[in-house]
Amino acid sequence: MEEGNRLIITVLGHDRVGIIYGISGVLANTNVNILDISQTILQGFFTMVMVVDFSHSTVDLAQLKQLLDQKGQELGLQVTVQHEDIFRYMHRI
Amino acid sequence: MPFKVSKEEILETINMVQGQNLDIRTITMGINLLDCREEDGKKTGRRVYDKITRLARDLVGVGEEIQRDYGIPIINKRISVTPIAMLVNGLGEDDIFAIALELDRAAAQVGVNFLGGFSALVHKGYSSGDYNLMQTIPRVLAATERVCSSVNLGTTKSGINMDAVYDMGKIIKATAQATADRDGLGCAKLVVFCNAAEDNPFMAGAFHGPGEPETVLNIGISGPGVVATVVKNNPGCDLGELAHLIKNTAFKITRTGELVGRVASKRLGVPFGILDLSLAPTPAVGDSVADILEAMGLERVGGPGSTAALAMLNDAVKKGGAMASSYVGGLSGAFIPVSEDAGMIRAAAEGALSIEKLEAMTAVCSVGLDMIAIPGDTSEYTISAIIADEAAIGMINRKTTAVRIIPAPGKKPGDWVEFGGLLGRAPVMPVNNCSPAHFIARKGRIPAPIHSLNN
Repeated sequence: MEEGNRLIITVLGHDRVGIIYGISGVLANTNVNILDISQTILQGFFTMVMVVDFSHSTVDLAQLKQLLDQKGQELGLQVTVQHEDIFRYMHRI
Repeated sequence: MPFKVSKEEILETINMVQGQNLDIRTITMGINLLDCREEDGKKTGRRVYDKITRLARDLVGVGEEIQRDYGIPIINKRISVTPIAMLVNGLGEDDIFAIALELDRAAAQVGVNFLGGFSALVHKGYSSGDYNLMQTIPRVLAATERVCSSVNLGTTKSGINMDAVYDMGKIIKATAQATADRDGLGCAKLVVFCNAAEDNPFMAGAFHGPGEPETVLNIGISGPGVVATVVKNNPGCDLGELAHLIKNTAFKITRTGELVGRVASKRLGVPFGILDLSLAPTPAVGDSVADILEAMGLERVGGPGSTAALAMLNDAVKKGGAMASSYVGGLSGAFIPVSEDAGMIRAAAEGALSIEKLEAMTAVCSVGLDMIAIPGDTSEYTISAIIADEAAIGMINRKTTAVRIIPAPGKKPGDWVEFGGLLGRAPVMPVNNCSPAHFIARKGRIPAPIHSLNN
């Protein structure tokens, strides 16, 4: 099987000013391209799902995770980064 | 290709991992050791150590990498090897003991928490290697930390080897005695099987069967918490609808395992063997098979209705899982270990769950009497007879059954044993002490049942 280069970033937490700015700043600095972005308020929680292309990133996945974790902590948000295949496999045949 | 998974589905997956304990329970690498035999235990052990540490060097690292990339926890990385009895014919107990020490050392070196395969397949009788290996089990399980042992003493095709049943009663008692300072912990690493699966990735019963390739990767999935959530969220639907919902959930859980198996196989350069569709509980709250049965509507697991509820659950998991993976194998069914499942522990402690009810439940689900603590003064004949009963269920029903039972030294019913970690803790359960001594002492072989004649 081929492993693709797309990641899903999910951000959960209390809504506040600057969430998208903060997260997309990390992605811009590491040359990770945002393909799709959607956000909603779910049961009172800010929920954002991003699909990103990781193929030209200047850092590896572990480093990207660490940078996003740091940013998440600054903003009081939980940031999860996962390879897209986990969702594709689970929800599609 | 455009990304077509909805936000709801993404959040569902994240909820499963973060709130409902979805994980991959184990990636188990099977390794054939038949080419490692030398003229004595020391030399054989050295070759065994070299081969395991060479082939499994990257197993733990790759497991951690996949966990990081996909955001799905992979709890255990483990190794199963050729049943060691197959490479020790003609060697004495000290030689076999020396090989076991090398297995333990190899497991520690590559960083796996358990290595299975200190095993013998004796369903029709003993070879000299089988017999000597079985006699060293108590010593080995006391002296090693990570080595797991299993003995297959019956199959539907061959019947039950009652000589081995007789001997295993004594060996289990001796193992408990040898590890008396740790509540008989050695017995938690010792499984007695009927119809053992050659590709089972779960410990303590994993071994790399004689029909397996040189190396292979087998994956054990988990997810009782995810299934329990679905059942809890649907209190009003009838059992047919509930089976359907469980099937859908099992499909999703299994797909995760399929993905991890394929990726791990590619990254390690080891063929993907099978996915084991088991619901494997842990002592963690919310990761319990008993919780699922109680969410279905039972006051306590062990009460009337438990067998029917478990049968439905087990079948629904298999139906959903079988469609999600190309290669299903191993044990594939819900596990009902007592000490490793918070709900089972509670039911046993309250007296709602008896060994007899557990035995009935094992007729409709995976494996058997698992991680059950019994009084330390239980006779070896009684232990043998419990094994014989469980093996009979397996033999007649063409399924795997097992006994992993701990006669906890010095403990009485109502006392507790503590093993720690994934092995958990358990109340000592009372045993029916009507003596089966004469029956067990007859020994011999129970013939294969009539339905084994299917050619």
